[in-house]
Amino acid sequence: MTVQMTSASTARPVVEKSDQHSSQPLAPQAPVVSHAEIKAKRAIWRGRIGMTIYLILLLMPIYWLLNMSFKTNTEILSGLSFFPQNFTLENYAKIFGDPTWYMGYVNSIIYVSMNMVISLLVALPAAYAFSRYKFVGDKHMFFWLLSNRMAPPAVFLLPFFQLYSSVGLFDTHIAVALAHCLFNVPLAVWILEGFMSGVPREIDETAYIDGYSFPKFFVRIFIPLIRSGIGVTAFFCFMFSWVELLLARTLTSVDAKPIGAIMTRTVSASGMDWGLLAAAGILTIIPGILVVYFVRNHVAKGFALGRV
Amino acid sequence: MSLTLKNVSRVVDGETWIDDVNLTLEPGSFNVLLGRTLSGKTTLMRLMAGLDRPTKGQIMMNGVDVTGVPVRERNISMVYQQFINYPNMTVYDNIASPLRLAKMSHAEIDRRVRETAEMLRIDIFLDRLPLQLSGGQQQRTAMARALVKDSQIILFDEPLVNLDYKLREELRQELRALFKARNCIAVYATTEPNEALALGGNTAVLHEGKLLQFGPTAEVYHRPKDIITAEMFSEPPINVVPGRVSETEVTFDESVHFQLNSDLRPLKPGNYQFGVRASHIGLVPHADDDLELPVRVDLAEISGSETFLHVHNPHFDLVLHLSGVHEYHVDQQIKVYFPTHKLYAFDEGGQLVHAPAGLGGR
Repeated sequence: MTVQMTSASTARPVVEKSDQHSSQPLAPQAPVVSHAEIKAKRAIWRGRIGMTIYLILLLMPIYWLLNMSFKTNTEILSGLSFFPQNFTLENYAKIFGDPTWYMGYVNSIIYVSMNMVISLLVALPAAYAFSRYKFVGDKHMFFWLLSNRMAPPAVFLLPFFQLYSSVGLFDTHIAVALAHCLFNVPLAVWILEGFMSGVPREIDETAYIDGYSFPKFFVRIFIPLIRSGIGVTAFFCFMFSWVELLLARTLTSVDAKPIGAIMTRTVSASGMDWGLLAAAGILTIIPGILVVYFVRNHVAKGFALGRV
Repeated sequence: MSLTLKNVSRVVDGETWIDDVNLTLEPGSFNVLLGRTLSGKTTLMRLMAGLDRPTKGQIMMNGVDVTGVPVRERNISMVYQQFINYPNMTVYDNIASPLRLAKMSHAEIDRRVRETAEMLRIDIFLDRLPLQLSGGQQQRTAMARALVKDSQIILFDEPLVNLDYKLREELRQELRALFKARNCIAVYATTEPNEALALGGNTAVLHEGKLLQFGPTAEVYHRPKDIITAEMFSEPPINVVPGRVSETEVTFDESVHFQLNSDLRPLKPGNYQFGVRASHIGLVPHADDDLELPVRVDLAEISGSETFLHVHNPHFDLVLHLSGVHEYHVDQQIKVYFPTHKLYAFDEGGQLVHAPAGLGGR
C-alpha cells in the first residue's frame, strides 16, 4: 500500500509538469502512463477481491455439504469444524454398496432421460408448426401451452395418481416421465419456437427447391441449424425433471423411487444420518453439474437469442 | 420448355397480390421482372416456382398444367435477395446438395461442382463454411447451387441488391454470360430500370400486381404502353405534362406552345399528356425546334458527376437529368429546352398514342 501511495504522489507533479509544458514534445511520458496503470491495476484488484468474496458466499453451502459428507455423524454434531478431522468415505461407501440407495439415482436418471427424449420428440414438430405455419388459433394455443406451467404441480397430483393407478402405470419410470412432460413440453415448444423462427424460411424453401423431402430436410438441415436450441431445451427439461420431487415421489413406491424420495429415509427413530444425507446430496448435484458443463455454450447462445 | 401463366391471380387475406397475369416465357430467354417494391415481383416468382399456389389461373410447363405440382417435383432453381446457404455445410456440400439428391454418381457430382465453382470463381473456397465468406462470395455460392443442376427455370429474386455496386456490376455481367449457353428460362427480378436495360433480354413491367407490358427490353423502354409503364421504366421517372393539340399547335399553357411538327402531325386535336424523359431536356438547345421554357429551380440534387434538377413553371414540374455538376440556388430563374421531337404522347386514358421515331437513347 505504501509503495503505491508514494509512486502515485510522485506521479502527480509529473502530470502537471507535462501539462504546463505541453509545447515541449520531449516532456517525460513514462510516469504518466504508470499513473494510469496503477489506477487500472487497483480496479482489477478491487474486482478480484469482490469476486472472491461473492464466490465464497455462493459456494459456502455447497462446501459445507461436501465437508459434512466426509465427516462422521459424531463429528458433525460435536461442533464447528471447517475441515473433516477424521476423514471418512464411509458415507459414500454405504450409498454405492446398497442397491436401495444407488437405485434411486438410476431411477431418477432413467425417468429424466425418458422425459427429455419424449419432450424433444413431441416439441420439435410442434415448435416447427408454430414457427412456420399460420392456423386458426395458433397464437392463443401458443400462449395456452405456456399457461400450463402456471399451475403448481401439486394441482395435478390427484388426477395423475388416480389415472396411473387405474391404468397400471403406477410406480413405473414412464409414469413420472409422462407427468413431467405436462410441464416440460410447453417450455420446450416455447424455447424451440424461438430458435426455429431465427432460421430464415428461405432455407426451408431452398431445400425443397433442391429436392429435399420434408423429413430429410428436417433431420439433415434444420436440426443441425437449431442444435443450440435443442441443447438449451434438453437442459431445461433436465433441470425441471431432476429437481421435481412431489410428482416423482407420489407416483412411485418401490421400483421407480427417485433419489429425492430415498433421501428422506435417513430420518429414523435414532435421529438423522447427517453424513449419509450430505453424501447423497453431493451425488445429486453432480449430474446437474455435468449437464451444465456440456450445454454451457449453447445456453449462453440461447440467452443471447432472448427466448430462454 | 416454355412456361405459361394463364390468368394467374393470387389473393392473400383479401388483398390482391397478383392480378390476372398472362405471360409466356420462352426457353433460352432471359426475362427481367421490373417493378417497385410491393409490385408483386417476388409473389409472381414464387408462383412460377410452385412455392405458392395461385388463387386463380393455371401455370403450364410445356403445355402441361403444373399448377398443383409441389416445388420439389419441378425442376427449378431460385436465388434469393438474402444470401441463403446451408450454414452447416461446406461450400462444396452446398453446391453438391441438389446433385446428391438427384442420385448422381460421385465422379459426375465432383466434376460439376468444380466446374460451376470455377465459373463463379469460388473454387478456392470449396472447403469453407458459407459464413466464413464475404457477402459476394456467399451469393456466388447460392448462385452456384442454382446453376449446378440443369433446371428448366432459374429464378433470381433481386440477387444483387445486398452487394456493393462494384460487385453488382461484375456479377451482372457474368450472369448474362452464364446464360448465353443455356437453354433454360431465366427470370430476374429488379427494382432498377437501369439494371433491366443492362441485362437486356425481355422485360415484364409489374405495377400493383398487374402485368403492364411484356416484350423485348428495348422495345418496352422505347414504346411503353402507357404512362405508368413509362414511369416505372425510367429513372428518374419520365416527366408528364398535360397539353392540348389544335390544328396547328401544341399548347401547354397560354404562353408556352409550339407548331405541330412532322412527328406529332398525325395526332388528332384534343387533350393529351406529353411525356419527356428527364435526360432529354437540356440547358442548351440541341435542335432548332427545341422549345424554350422559362422555369424556376426547386432543387439541384448533385450525385457525383450527375445532377438531378427539379424545376417548375406555373403549370407543371419537371425533372432534368444532367451530366456534370450544375449548381443552382432555389428560385433561380433559368431557361430549359424542351425537345419537341422526342415527346411521347399519351391520350387522356394514359395509353400511348405516339412515341418518338428515332431511338432516343436515355
